[in-house]
Amino acid sequence: MKYTKILRAAALLALAAPAAALARTEGEPYIHDPSTIALCDGRYYTFGTGGGGLISEDGYSWHGGAERPGRGAAPDVLKIGDRYLVAYSATGGGLGGSHRGAVLTMWTESLDPASPRFGFSEPVEVAYSEDGDDCDAIDPGLLLDPATGRLWLCYGTYFGFIRLVELDPATGARVEGNEPLDIAIDCEATDLIYRDGWYYLLGTHGTCCDGPNSTYNIVVGRSRNVTGPYLDNMGRDMLAGGGKMVLAAGHRCTGAGHFGRYVEEDGVEKMSCHFEADFDRGGRSVLEVLPLLWRNDWPVAGEPFREGVYEIESERRGYALELAVDFVRMDAPRHRFWEPVTEPIVPLTDQTLADVAAGWPAGNIDVRIGDYMFRPHQKWSIEAVPGSGGYLGAPYYKIVIEGTDRALAATEGRELTTVEHFTGAPEQLWRIEQLTDGTYRIMPKEVPGCDEPLVLVSVADSTPSLGRFDFGSDNSKWNFRQR
Amino acid sequence: MRKHLLIMAAAIAAAAVFALGLQAKKPSKAPLFEPYFSYPATDTARPDSAGFIRRWLLLDPIEKPNRSNTVFTDSYLREAFRTEYFPGQFTAWPVSGQTVRAGKQKLAWHGLDSSLFNVKLFRFATLQELPHYGVLFWAVTAIDCEEDIPDVRMAVGSNSASMWWLDGEEVLLLSGDRRMVQDDAVSRRLTLRKGRNIVRGAIINGPGMSDFCLRFIDEQGRPVTNFTVSIL
Repeated sequence: MKYTKILRAAALLALAAPAAALARTEGEPYIHDPSTIALCDGRYYTFGTGGGGLISEDGYSWHGGAERPGRGAAPDVLKIGDRYLVAYSATGGGLGGSHRGAVLTMWTESLDPASPRFGFSEPVEVAYSEDGDDCDAIDPGLLLDPATGRLWLCYGTYFGFIRLVELDPATGARVEGNEPLDIAIDCEATDLIYRDGWYYLLGTHGTCCDGPNSTYNIVVGRSRNVTGPYLDNMGRDMLAGGGKMVLAAGHRCTGAGHFGRYVEEDGVEKMSCHFEADFDRGGRSVLEVLPLLWRNDWPVAGEPFREGVYEIESERRGYALELAVDFVRMDAPRHRFWEPVTEPIVPLTDQTLADVAAGWPAGNIDVRIGDYMFRPHQKWSIEAVPGSGGYLGAPYYKIVIEGTDRALAATEGRELTTVEHFTGAPEQLWRIEQLTDGTYRIMPKEVPGCDEPLVLVSVADSTPSLGRFDFGSDNSKWNFRQR
Repeated sequence: MRKHLLIMAAAIAAAAVFALGLQAKKPSKAPLFEPYFSYPATDTARPDSAGFIRRWLLLDPIEKPNRSNTVFTDSYLREAFRTEYFPGQFTAWPVSGQTVRAGKQKLAWHGLDSSLFNVKLFRFATLQELPHYGVLFWAVTAIDCEEDIPDVRMAVGSNSASMWWLDGEEVLLLSGDRRMVQDDAVSRRLTLRKGRNIVRGAIINGPGMSDFCLRFIDEQGRPVTNFTVSIL
């Protein structure tokens, strides 16, 4: 009986662990069909089906409160100049109902309902579908083409074609005389993005709205022209059902859909979507924010950062972040390479913290970068710090030497140290973000005496410091390895 | 009178011999360090185009036997580098040709220009037929600035371990069995002050090659070159 209880407790712990280990949002991030995330006056907003939306002060903790009139389905939002253009759809009934639909656009100067600049203009219909059409005019996606300044809207569902129309970026209305163009088929929740001469059409395949059984997944095709053809990695046209996977189910979440791209700065991008069922939140539909990576000019969702014990490897040289303490040699039997082995092989044991920690000084210890030897002074335990807030898509973390409370910290003078005990001070909290190339940047929440945002840099092969983030330099990039 | 003449002639001859000896001394030593070093032909030098400082006062190697470079932990090095081996080690400004005594060794300072960006200490020792394994080298130079140069870092690569001081303050330690790598380790941000800044370095080596390279870099990692280097 007792044994059974222990097993149950262990099972519960095992269930609880992944949520903490892979935290991306907290609060009440409950939404369906979220729009692309928009930043307004220092706060993040996303709007969903049904009229409301979510607000976040830091991008990690989300709660309701965003307001969007018109109800309807699956809005998108795009900042153009000093205003926000919101597109949403008045649906006719969905899969088994009418396929009459309409997409409408409206403007507001602020997304903050408390702002005097908040207030939506009268909606304007920019696209529609009739029951006889091979199209459902819902699920709009907006793109302001940075190459041309032209504004585009894609829309549609599984019921026929995904269509493209051009809007006037000054008014949000349809460009006069513009005719819808078919660009994909048999997908929905599409979005258009542009990068380095490529136009990308992201769509959602699979089964919608089926909770833990929803097979929704996000795919992509690309084209050199906004009008297509959008081909997948196999050269298959999205008009023929093509699409390369961007994000599927995983991490106890199913039903990825409604892609949105958020560019923080060069090399730092996030994608938003919903998971139709978050198993750790009772199967509710939730906002998801993940790193957006680019591989061979294809977008792919990055992984949420997983808590654990890591080598922190510099991209610059491949050396590892370590405490600046004496290297303690290990004893092992020596063998002549050319002589046959006659005695039994006895595996060596790893060096442990107990083997070396007594020789470490008290107080602050500097850090440096050195050859990785999987020694205790090179193993960093990284855990989220509850109650310390976060940033877009992740919480702040503490970075301590495994088995100790010794924590990495930013210092006055834009340098680094380790403090003997983690206190939760902002200079001991770290923002960890996967970059578009798959490496990571590591950024302290605050740097004492410095207002500038700085990141952990390899200022030399063997010397870490704090400096400005530069995606073009491997000095700004790190990898988390378990080996 | 004749005796006086003889004395005078002898004195002249002795002076001539001495003078010839002095003159002959430099030509005979000059080729000694080639092709790795040459004697400075000017009072001041500039860092090279990549910022590396090539003009140094190098002390003949101090014997410090070590059969392996793996002993060079931080603790060992702090002990080894903070030990005073010769008077004025951390404070005196040496003159080329000056000798100092370190234990039983009589060691000379040599003011030299390195032909390479990396100062080949191993060759500096072997070309003089001095001990070259299990040794400790000292290097000194002066950086003269027309104005303060803030937010620079001293960037060093050394074989093997080394410690570096700027105006008497320790700014950098490279521990372990090191290979000479450009910008292997750097100091924290520091200011090269208007006027003279003294750089001192100690490089320790067991077996194998020994050399170092040193330059200053700015916040973007670019070489700092707007100063002159002197050993006078």
